[in-house]
Amino acid sequence: MKPDKEQYARLLKQACPRSPLLRDCLWAFFVGGGICLLGEGIRTAWLAAGHTLSDAGALTSATLIVISGVLTGLGWYQKLASKAGAGTLVPITGFANAVVSPAIEFRCEGLVTGVGARMFSIAGPVLVYGLLASAVWGVIWWLIRPWLL
Amino acid sequence: MRLGDTVRFTRPPGLEAWAAVGGKKEADGPLAVGFDLLFTDNRLGEETWEQAESTLQRHCVELVLQKAGLGAAQVDLALGGDLQSQCTATAYTFRSLDIPFAGVYGACSTMAETLGLAACLTAGGAAGRALAMTSSHFCAAERQFRTPLNYGGKRTPTAQWTATGAGACLVTAQAGPGQVQLTAAAFGRVRDLSVRDGTNMGGAMAPAAAETLCRFFADNRCRPADYDGVYTGDLGVVGSELLAQLLTAEGIDLADRHRDCGLLLYDRETQQTGAGGSGAGCAASVLTAHILPALKAGRMRRVLLVCTGALMSTTTLLQGESIPAVAHLVELTAPES
Repeated sequence: MKPDKEQYARLLKQACPRSPLLRDCLWAFFVGGGICLLGEGIRTAWLAAGHTLSDAGALTSATLIVISGVLTGLGWYQKLASKAGAGTLVPITGFANAVVSPAIEFRCEGLVTGVGARMFSIAGPVLVYGLLASAVWGVIWWLIRPWLL
Repeated sequence: MRLGDTVRFTRPPGLEAWAAVGGKKEADGPLAVGFDLLFTDNRLGEETWEQAESTLQRHCVELVLQKAGLGAAQVDLALGGDLQSQCTATAYTFRSLDIPFAGVYGACSTMAETLGLAACLTAGGAAGRALAMTSSHFCAAERQFRTPLNYGGKRTPTAQWTATGAGACLVTAQAGPGQVQLTAAAFGRVRDLSVRDGTNMGGAMAPAAAETLCRFFADNRCRPADYDGVYTGDLGVVGSELLAQLLTAEGIDLADRHRDCGLLLYDRETQQTGAGGSGAGCAASVLTAHILPALKAGRMRRVLLVCTGALMSTTTLLQGESIPAVAHLVELTAPES
């Protein structure tokens, strides 16, 4: 008897190994938390260097982006990410990795058609829908603000 | 002679020579000793991964010709393919090799497909000597099918590792003394059981392998126990498990006869290759580095090689299409003593 699509889907589900959820979560929690802790340390350092609260925040993001970019170039970030998963994906360092890695990969296809066009092939959707969501929230905020104040 | 889907050769073509070339991970794997040439740098000194794959192939063709003691002029036809878009790795390889070339695309099934075609063409008199070859390159495949190499992503437990390797065989019209014989070939039918997960190739391809094997055993009135090994190309852990289940439901027990090239090429635990090796070069290099030498030396008498190919593209996957798969088979027999 040959299985139909539904029967095969059930067989497939049974045959596929599960992701080790607890281990993955612990990795993500500690590495993600570690990156945030690093960010907090960097922010404290910028504040200690005499920058204002908002400047220190922006400088911290920029510092983390540079660190992630360099680590991506050295090929170390993806080694950590292969274990940490969302722990390295969610912080701003993951976003930097998503921009830098295609820029490196597609350099051989030219500065315009390679680096320029492909740089946002992974991060592009985040920008598009991130900007769209903030615009939609801006309209909602504008509509409800008179009743809130 | 045609038996159902099987082409059985009354005067079997022979495998005159073969060569296996691999990359770094293959050099660290359990089959390293069988390779003719291994590179520790997967760039092979080239500017791009795509060029590196062509260079891998060129070395493989040069080696096979050298081992057979032949020049390019003595090969009537080259059948080859790879995973890159429009089969470019192979096409670029044959820029520098003056051999009539026909490109073949069967994804990871290409090795069995080109061998089967080469056998039919030589047996039928269309070519005196044909080259069957294929390759894959981890970095070129990652870049085309998945994400940039330096992108930080986590692999799913079902994901497989594309081999960096090439394999080539020289097929002659009739097996001479001491030559491994290609006694039968069967071209598979496309099967699709609606698997849409591009990171679960083994699961998508297992039904095609089951289909080809079922038909082969029925057409030839034989069973797995008649062979020293039934080698699948790159089903990995998941696909192998599913193949066993699908065949058991058909009353065929593969039992200890089944081996998967994707599970032989690497040590899955220490080399972290997920559910096993994959790619056209996986079956090609395991065939040429491991299976053929064993047949030649008489350590095995008769084996089946079933190479499975997932025939989707990144475009069709993004458009929500499922993965059609095909499995081609060749029966290889040790030299007549």
